[in-house]
Formats: sequence, structure tokens, C-alpha cells
Amino acid sequence: MTIAKKVAQLLITIVLVTLFASFLLVLLPGDPVEVLIPFGSEEQREAVREDAGLNDPFLVRYGEWLGGFVQGDLGNYYTVSSIRPVADQVSDALPISLTLVLEAQILALIIAIPLGVVTAYRSETWFDRMSNTTAFAMLAIPTFALGFLLQYIFSVELGWFSSVGWTPITESLSGHLDKAVLPVITLAVGQIAIYMRLLRSDMIATLQSDFITMAKAKGLSTRRILFRHALRPSSLTLLTVAGLNVGTLIGGALIVEVVFSIPGIGLTLAQAIASRQLVAFQSMVAIIAIIYVLVNFGVDLLYSALDPRIRHARTS
Amino acid sequence: MTRQEVLVGAVPSGVTGSGPLLDVRNVSTSFRSPRGMVRAVTDVSFTLERGKTLGIVGESGSGKSVLSRTIMGLLPGNAERSGEVLFEGADIGGLSPAGYRELWGDELAMVFQDPMTALNPVMRVGRQITESLRFHLDMDKDEAKTTAIELLRAVKIPEPEKRFKAYPHEMSGGMRQRVVIAVALACGPKLLFADEPTTALDVTVQAQILDLLAEQQRQRYMAMILVTHDLGVVAGRAHEIAVMYAGRIVEKAPTQVLFSEMKMPYTEALLSAIPRLDQRSHSRLHAIGGAPPDLVNPPKGCPFSPRCPYVRDRCRDELPPLQESATTPGHAFACFYPVDSPETLEIKERIAAQQILATAPTLADSPNGGGA
Amino acid sequence: MHEPPDLSVTHLDPSLEVVFSAIEEPEVARAKKGMGPAAWVALVWLVGMILAAILAPLLPIPDPRESFAEIARQGPSSGHILGGDTNGRDMLSRIIYGGRASFAIGFGAVAFGMLIGGFLGLVTGFFRGVSDTVLTPLMNILLAIPQFVLALSLVTVLAAGDDVGELRRTAVIILGLGLVSIPILGRITRANTLQWSEREFVMASKAMGAKSFRTLFREVLPNVVPAMLSIALLGVGVAIVAEGGLSLFGVGVQGPTPSWGNIIADNKGALRTSPHIVLFTTIVLFLTVLALNYLGDVVSRRFAFRESVL
Repeated sequence: MTIAKKVAQLLITIVLVTLFASFLLVLLPGDPVEVLIPFGSEEQREAVREDAGLNDPFLVRYGEWLGGFVQGDLGNYYTVSSIRPVADQVSDALPISLTLVLEAQILALIIAIPLGVVTAYRSETWFDRMSNTTAFAMLAIPTFALGFLLQYIFSVELGWFSSVGWTPITESLSGHLDKAVLPVITLAVGQIAIYMRLLRSDMIATLQSDFITMAKAKGLSTRRILFRHALRPSSLTLLTVAGLNVGTLIGGALIVEVVFSIPGIGLTLAQAIASRQLVAFQSMVAIIAIIYVLVNFGVDLLYSALDPRIRHARTS
Repeated sequence: MTRQEVLVGAVPSGVTGSGPLLDVRNVSTSFRSPRGMVRAVTDVSFTLERGKTLGIVGESGSGKSVLSRTIMGLLPGNAERSGEVLFEGADIGGLSPAGYRELWGDELAMVFQDPMTALNPVMRVGRQITESLRFHLDMDKDEAKTTAIELLRAVKIPEPEKRFKAYPHEMSGGMRQRVVIAVALACGPKLLFADEPTTALDVTVQAQILDLLAEQQRQRYMAMILVTHDLGVVAGRAHEIAVMYAGRIVEKAPTQVLFSEMKMPYTEALLSAIPRLDQRSHSRLHAIGGAPPDLVNPPKGCPFSPRCPYVRDRCRDELPPLQESATTPGHAFACFYPVDSPETLEIKERIAAQQILATAPTLADSPNGGGA
Repeated sequence: MHEPPDLSVTHLDPSLEVVFSAIEEPEVARAKKGMGPAAWVALVWLVGMILAAILAPLLPIPDPRESFAEIARQGPSSGHILGGDTNGRDMLSRIIYGGRASFAIGFGAVAFGMLIGGFLGLVTGFFRGVSDTVLTPLMNILLAIPQFVLALSLVTVLAAGDDVGELRRTAVIILGLGLVSIPILGRITRANTLQWSEREFVMASKAMGAKSFRTLFREVLPNVVPAMLSIALLGVGVAIVAEGGLSLFGVGVQGPTPSWGNIIADNKGALRTSPHIVLFTTIVLFLTVLALNYLGDVVSRRFAFRESVL
């Protein structure tokens, strides 16, 4: 697929996604304003209706909303007394969520790669079987449950880490670690299991290749053969999945944020729901979905740039 | 004599000394499999001097590849071996993995059959050579690069400086094999195994590669074991040839002697299976009928007996031992009724007579007209 | 070497498929006669939990909404083997009754999703043509939205308002989770159907002039069922966990009706004083999901092996 085609597909997807988000308010049984400010006066309600464009037909509202959206206007929070823009909160929250996702991905890879290599080399040993079972278990734990568990053990009981809150890394490294370690681990655990097993099965196949025997016949050390010769050709699936997985991580981050009260987009979303700010909610859903789509698109482009590898995979 | 010169084979690295370089004594290798022990190699013995080439010839399943890997020590986990492999006088059979790693690349090296799969596809060609150099010989980056380029030149790769940076898939099959050879020779090994080095290559390229191997071997005074299924490959290039069948050596002789005075019916069959230029076109290729024996439960008696055209009862009951010919020392074979024995000659005449009868024109075809 | 996966923008959220491939052994050689002991344990646990949930009113446990002041926030004690929650309700009872909501949602969502998604997958995989060119891109686009967010938004919006009854809320949750699962279940069913449709015996059946739907249901479906069953089992676990996620955001099953998700979510503040509440519920949830995953794996391996024997 050419880049132009991909961009076209991207744009169509974004349109559809934002349409859907907009459509949410239509799905709402009853009057959205009722939900937003159940105790307001008719005057206040009318003001809100005007501002949120609820008096206009759907497509007009969508167009207006999209137009504003592109310029950074994400709609407003409506209370009986005030109208505040959503964008402020979101722009603070997004970087936090993205940091969480990035750190989790890195941690997952750092742990999964050596484990994958070793379990492939020592496949069928007790170590391999044990890590297989552990991986299986890790996949069965719900993220939020794991989060609470870690919170309880390491924060409440042992007191090694804070259980809630966030300190950006730019402020203080130790503070950041104190707040970030548990959530990042929680988010990373499920991915570790998947990455490890993926790498393992590719490595096992690669280790049967002739060039590995040849490397052995050159007298190279096992470690060198595993990490310098076998790892690279085996990492294609892993990298592909890791890339595609960033989207999943975004979804998981939402949950982790609520568990650890981290002021990212997930917590903001939860607060919007709790306070029935459905207009804000709609904008946030759109933002999250768009980021998800953009990330996947970016990964797609990145992998096309890594073409020689993919080309190689096709020819071998 | 600089190090570089040694490594690129400009100067021989081998030293004439006492004793054979390689002394293989009663080596057997079996593999554990669900059906039982597969006896891939049984009771093989031979010696090899420095600077000499031994050709090991046999069909697939004859055990020739397993033999070379056994000597090298490259066997998988389910292999069991016995016997002694003496390299420069020391038994390398029971070495630990670390011990083997000392030898591999440095003293013993192997050239594999398929150059495409033998080279790491995501690593540049030059790097695959310099890796060995830096690992075994502690060279620094620049020295290794220069040496590698010289090696590429020595194996006759054009524009070696440019090829240094190439990836294997950017090269033709013949060039890749040259690279494989360069990698194998990089650290100046004393013994080189070439396991079907030309099978995966075009016919035109085959001769070039074999000549290259022979030249390198001569220059370096290196010992070489050339494993192949094709007698033609070893014809002009080995000093001695060992023919293997069903895991055993069935005939062994210096090359000239083998071709002029072969004894084993199997060797004779192998030879006649080679298509020759002087055969009439469209003459049938002589294939050896039947199939190789089961290596889990080998039959008693000579393993070739089911397929031998000159088989007699004794062949089926007793295993013929490998013994030296009385007349020609250095020529050993395992057959009760070799090709020049009276019993076999008798059978040969009968066969020849039948063939003449089969192809003879009938009276009806004779130019004198049909019968009355 | 494998083909590089389809990297188009609308590629699906790989969690389900990848989970699957991660827990499956590439070497299929390990076929056991019948199921292994672990599978039996899993099955017993699962059946036990489901039975307990169904028969809850008949069991000798207190009402889950009834408060006993003396056990509030207390750990296990005689008469209340799992302790009490912050309101003094019996934990054992809460968990068993919680299973009702959780299993209902889990199985309901998967049934809904499998019915529609499975059907669509069968149709697009078997007939290809128009249905495939229309439906598959549609499903891919649905997959472009992160699933959890999609479910969250649907449930939030459809069940907004104070006066939403319990039944309606549960129905909305099932609908939301089910809808979200349609594209994935459809995709996997389609892939399996494609594989089977290309087999000779199906072509033969078609060649004999059998009406297409007939072929689909008589020849292809029975062979695709194991794969569908396997994913369904996995999916139930995912749905139960998803309900927990929804509870975390406040839109899951609402108290006082218990669900495993809302017990954990509502009591997260009590971790310091009464960790047993979250702990016990988490253990039950974890073991149930583990059992579902394991059985899903067993089913897939068992029948995948049979296929290769063919």
C-alpha cells in the first residue's frame, strides 16, 4: 500500500471515529442537558445547549465540533455555575498517560527479551516450563487486580513506594520512581508474558538454522551466538507486535491510572463520567481514539521504513 | 612471514611433523530416536596427514556427513559416540563445549553445503569474517578489516573492499560460497571439512569452487576432508578416497588406485552412475537399484548385499571385514567377492552375454531377408 | 519464516489474538489422551463456581445485602469464613452472588458477540464476495477504536442517569461488551472458516450442488466450532475482567448488587484496613479467568492436533 493510500485510510478512520464519538450524545436516552446539570434553571440549560451546539442538527454540530476540535477546542465542562474548557485538563493529562505507556513498553521489552532468548535456548528444561506457567498466570490476572495487589504489598505493607499520585520525571527522578514503579510494572506484566513467548518461538525456529551451526563451528561463545546472531532475525514478530501493542497499552493505562490515582487522561475520563460531564467525556473519547489510530499509523510507517528486514522476511 | 600472510594463505601454516594430523579410531555414532538407536556411523577408522585431502564418498544416509560432524564435535544432544578421535595426538572426542570452542575456527573449520543458509542473513559479510578474527586472534577492528578484505581477495571475490559491506542476499550463490570458505579459513585452521560444498551450486560454478578449495589447501598446507556423493568431485582433487555405505567404510584407497583397481561392487556402481561424455546420447543412466538399509536394525552380513549384482550366500550371512589388499598396501576394502575375483567375473560375463542377446537383432531383421 | 503481519492502520487490537498465540505451544506434538489433570481441576473449579452462582439462593449463606455490624471490615471469623466488607456484609455471600452478575455478563456478552460475530465470520469466510468486501473493512474500522474505550463509552451513554434499573444496566453492559467483541470474534471465526472452506471435502460438497448454506452449516461449521469454543472461553474471561474495568470507572454493575468487579472497585479504599476484601475477590476472579484460559487452550490444542492428523 502506498503512503498516500495509507494516509487516506487514516483520515477516513479518524472521521469515522470522531463521528462515532459525536454520535454518543445522540445515543443518550433523554436530554443530555438533563444529565449535565440536573438542577439548573431553564435559562442555564439553554445557555449550555447553545454552547454545546445541542440545538443544531447532528451533522452541523459534528462539523462545528470537529472544527473546534482541530483547533484545540475540546468543548467545555458545564456546571450550574461555570463553563470551563476541557482542553486545559487534557493537555496536562496526556503527557502523563503517554509517559506511562512508554515506560511500560520499555520495561516489558527489557525483561521479555533476555527471558525469551534464554527460554528458547533452554527449551524443555524446568526453567522453560516454569516461565511458561508463569507467563500463563500473568496473562490471567486482570490489570486492575494486579495493580491493587501490588499496591497492597509494596505500598501499604512494605511501604517501599507511594500508592497514589504522580511526579513527572522532569521534576525529580526519585520522586518519579516512587510514584511510577508500581503502575509501570502493573501495566508491563501482561505484555512481558506475550513478548517473551513470541520471541521464544521465533528463536527456537532460528536456532535450527544452518547459519547458527556455522556460527557455532566458528567457535563463538554461546552468548554471542544467541544475542548477536540469533536474536536479530528472530525479532521481527516481536517488534511488530510490540508496535501494534502500544494501542492496547493505552487502554490498560486508563485502568492503571484509576487504580493508582494518576492524573492522566484515564483518570480525567473517569472524573468526567463521575460528574456526568458527557460533553467533555465525548471529547476525551475522541482524543483517545485518535491517538490510538495515530500511534498505529506511526508504527505502520516506521515498519515500512525498516523495509529491508521485512523484505528479507519475505524472501527467506 | 607475517600474520596476515599466514591467514590469507600466502604462506603455509601447517608444519611437517611426525604423526598424522588426524587419527580416527573405531569411531561409531548413534542417535537416540523413538524407533531405537539409529546407527549412523559404525566402526570407522582412518588417518589423515597434513596437507593431504581425503575424499569421503557415499549416498545420502551413508553416514558421511555424520562422520565429519562427529570428528568436528558438532553433534546434537541425542547423539552417542564411541571410539577415539586424535587430533595432533590428543583425543578430542570427549572435550567439553568450551574445549571444542577453542578448536573450532582456529584449528578445525567447516564449509557447509548451502551458502545461503550458512551465512547470517542480517549480518554483513565482512563482519562475519572479522568476528572470527577478533574473537580467536584478538585482532583490533582495523587489522581485522584489512585481513578480511585480503581473505575475500584470496577467495577470488572481485572488488573485495566493496563486498565487505554487502549482505549475503546481495551476492550470487557462487560468491556466497566463497565467503563461506573465507570465513572458514579466516583463522588458519589446520583441518578443513568441506561437506558437500558444491551441491547447492550451478555446475559451472562447482568446478571453480572446488579448484579454489584445492588451491587454498595447497597453499596453506592444510588437511582437508571433502565429503560428497559424487565420485566425480573427488576424482582429481583428493589424495585418498574412502567410500562409505550404511555407516561403514567399505573401500579406501589412494585415488589413482581406487579408480584403476577398484574392488567393491558398490564403488563400481557409483562410478558407472556418473554420466560420461563418451556414452552414447540417450543411453540409460545407470542407477543403483534398491534403497539404503535400515540403520536401526541393520541386516547381518554385508549391508550392500540386497542391492549387489554379484551377491552370494556368504555375503548375506557374514559381515565382510575391511582388510588391506595383499597386493596393494594402502588399499582396503570390505568384500568377499570383489570385482576382480573369479566368482564375480563369472557373473559379469553372464550379464554381458545376456545384454548382447537382448540387444542383438533378430533373424527377421537381418538384411538377408526373413526366414523361409 | 512467517509472513509479516498486515500492518494497515485499521489493524485490529491484537490483544486477544496475541494472547492466544502466546499461550499456545508451537510444537503441537503433545496430545494427551483425554484431558490432563490440570484441565480437570480447571473444569471442576469453573463448574463449581457457576453452580454456586446459579444455586446461590439455595445455599446456606446469608443475604448479600444484609449487614452484620460486628464483622464490618473484619477478616475471617467463625460463621463468616471470608470476613465482612466495609458495610458488614458477608464476603463469602457477596462473592458467590457476585459470580451471578459476573458470569451473566461474561457469558451473555460472549454469547451475543459470538452469535452475531460468529455468524458474520462464517458468512464472510465462506461466501467471500460482497459480504466480505463490505463487512470486513467495517469490522476493521470498529477495531480501530480501542475496545475498552468503546465499551466504556457505549455503557456510559446508554445507561446514563440515576434511575436506570439493575436489569437494564446489566443488559446494557452485556450489549456494550458484546458489541465490542463482535469484530474480533468475527475476524477469528472468519479466518478459521477460510481455512476450512478451502478443504477438498467442502469443495466436493459444493460441487455436488448442495445449497450453500447447507454446506456451510453441515460441513464447515462443525469443524470451526472447536476454534470458536476456544475463543469463547477466553472471551468470557475477558468480559468478566472488562466488567471490572467498567466498575472502576463507575459504570459497571451498581451496588448493592455485587459483582466481582464492583466489589474490588468499591473497596479499593479499604486496602489499608481490610485488605482481605479485595484480596479474596481478586483470588476468585484470577482463578476463574485462569481456568477459562486454560480450558480454552486445551480445547484449541486438542482439536488443532486432530486436524494435523488428518
